[in-house]
Amino acid sequence: MKAVYGLYPDGLSAQDAVNRLRAAGLADRDITVISSQPMEDYEFGHMDKSTWMWWLACLGGLVGMSFGLVLSWYTATAWPMNTGGLPTFAWWPKLIIIFELTMLGAIFATVATLVVSALIPRKGQSLYDPEVSDGRILVGVENPADEAVATLETALRAPAGAQVKQTP
Amino acid sequence: MSHPTGVRINNDLLRPLLLTSWRFYLLVAFFGGFVVAGGIAWGSQIYYGFGIAGLKWPIYWAFYVTNFVFWIGISHAGTLISAILRLVNAGWRRPVTRCAEVITVFALMIGAMFPIIHLGRPWLAFWLFPYPSDRLIWPNFRSPLVWDFFAINTYLTGSILFLLLPMIPDFAVVRDKSTGLRRRIYRIVALGWRGTPKQWHRLESAMQIMAIAIIPVAVSVHTIVSFDFSMAPIPMWNTTIFGPYFVAGAIFSGIAGLLIAMAVLRKFLHLEDYLHPVHFENLGKLLLVMALLWGYFVFNERLVTYYGNGPAEMTVFWQTQRRSFAPLYWTMVFGNFVLPLVLMGIRRFRTITGCVIASLGVVVGMWLERFLIIVPSLGNKYLPYSFGSYSPQPAEIVVTVATFAAMALLYVLFAKFIPIISIWELKAGEHPSPVLIPPATEEHRLGELHL
Repeated sequence: MKAVYGLYPDGLSAQDAVNRLRAAGLADRDITVISSQPMEDYEFGHMDKSTWMWWLACLGGLVGMSFGLVLSWYTATAWPMNTGGLPTFAWWPKLIIIFELTMLGAIFATVATLVVSALIPRKGQSLYDPEVSDGRILVGVENPADEAVATLETALRAPAGAQVKQTP
Repeated sequence: MSHPTGVRINNDLLRPLLLTSWRFYLLVAFFGGFVVAGGIAWGSQIYYGFGIAGLKWPIYWAFYVTNFVFWIGISHAGTLISAILRLVNAGWRRPVTRCAEVITVFALMIGAMFPIIHLGRPWLAFWLFPYPSDRLIWPNFRSPLVWDFFAINTYLTGSILFLLLPMIPDFAVVRDKSTGLRRRIYRIVALGWRGTPKQWHRLESAMQIMAIAIIPVAVSVHTIVSFDFSMAPIPMWNTTIFGPYFVAGAIFSGIAGLLIAMAVLRKFLHLEDYLHPVHFENLGKLLLVMALLWGYFVFNERLVTYYGNGPAEMTVFWQTQRRSFAPLYWTMVFGNFVLPLVLMGIRRFRTITGCVIASLGVVVGMWLERFLIIVPSLGNKYLPYSFGSYSPQPAEIVVTVATFAAMALLYVLFAKFIPIISIWELKAGEHPSPVLIPPATEEHRLGELHL
């Protein structure tokens, strides 16, 4: 994978680099930012923020609830046991199992969404530099057009403390 | 007090992973020895039968069920406390959360072993599962034990995931800082983590959702464990107060367990720059609140029983207040109420040492509380023909001690392979700023809605 990127010592210079890349005509989806911590205090840290995760968690909860309802109804009616004249299918005790499976469904849906949306690597998106672990913030462009590399390098080199690199 | 940043956080928190001292092997051998002894005691019990344990009619639930309830209670230290602190965005939580979440997972694993240890023939444990079979077992799917199965497994699954998810970015740091086989292993467990804004947002959203989901599950777990008792027509068990009483007790013992673990980690891993006295003081205040809440519940339970004046209930009541169980009862009151009230209530005693002493008192007191709920009631049921006594035997005592050693051993091993304090969360707390730089536009705030 071909890439040009800069490593920055703090959020301000990384923000400057992102702004310069935008000014050079790049859309947010073409800019790669990597940091060793969430950068909520900076605007670039809010890129790509929206997610369906909350709704999918609710959906997972609904699926879990339905499964809990079916399971508790089926087991109680398929193996009916008279315990002190209590109803075969009683809501109160079954609510416990339905509740637990609802929550389990929501938890599984959340984790699945995280894995699918953020952890499975996308083709052509593998830019990384181990210096990120030391607190440097990477701002770069993956697979840039050959004629744009010089412009991008200039933009990335401008912010204070920049260390610009190219791969391969 | 210095506040470490960036590279120093990496170095300090990765040191236990990358360097191994002789102390590590010594601790593993020490705690491992107790665990092996516990295994031998359990093996003897299986070989010779339950006769070598103190369990006999009418008291079939004693040390082992006490341990089961106690460890499930300790498990409330982590996920519940961590989830609450995450949701209220308490900044001081950052060095504490992982220490706490680990306790939950290991305590649940240890607690869940006790129904198996409590079996004469553990290899037939699957007979307990309420599944239909051709052995003429007619399962009762409405049994509170089925609720236990679902609640504990949901909590364990949720807690493991709640612990694992925020470990992924730290695995990436270890991957970047190690070499050879260790690097290859951490590369696999880092799941391709890079640290893009998208990954950070998804992770934080996931942690928020999990925190919201896990709090009611944690409350339900100990309520349901209390149902194992309160659904039974046994003197002093069949009471509506047991649900919240058990939950409060569980959180109480959980905080105590967490304080002890934090103090030990601080001392042995030299984490003085990360686990500050203020963390202990805040948790100490929480311990004080829970001690008062515990006292309130005990007062309620005792007063209602006393005014009810039922003969069977009063027999158990006086057994614990004045007769054979009185020394244990008043030790429990001292450990759970008097000691934390004095040490955590007076500010000059709310030091790290004070917190540890109060917590040790609470851990002992809470174990005794579980024991005193179970044994006196089973030994003094409604009719005198079912009266009986119990004295623990060496096998039970060794198994009990071994579970505490197992907890310590698992903790030592965990701290050896995984940063015990969340590196990225600590770094994220370095630059708290109320202002977004530059201010968010509507376009940036909303972004594009996609998975």
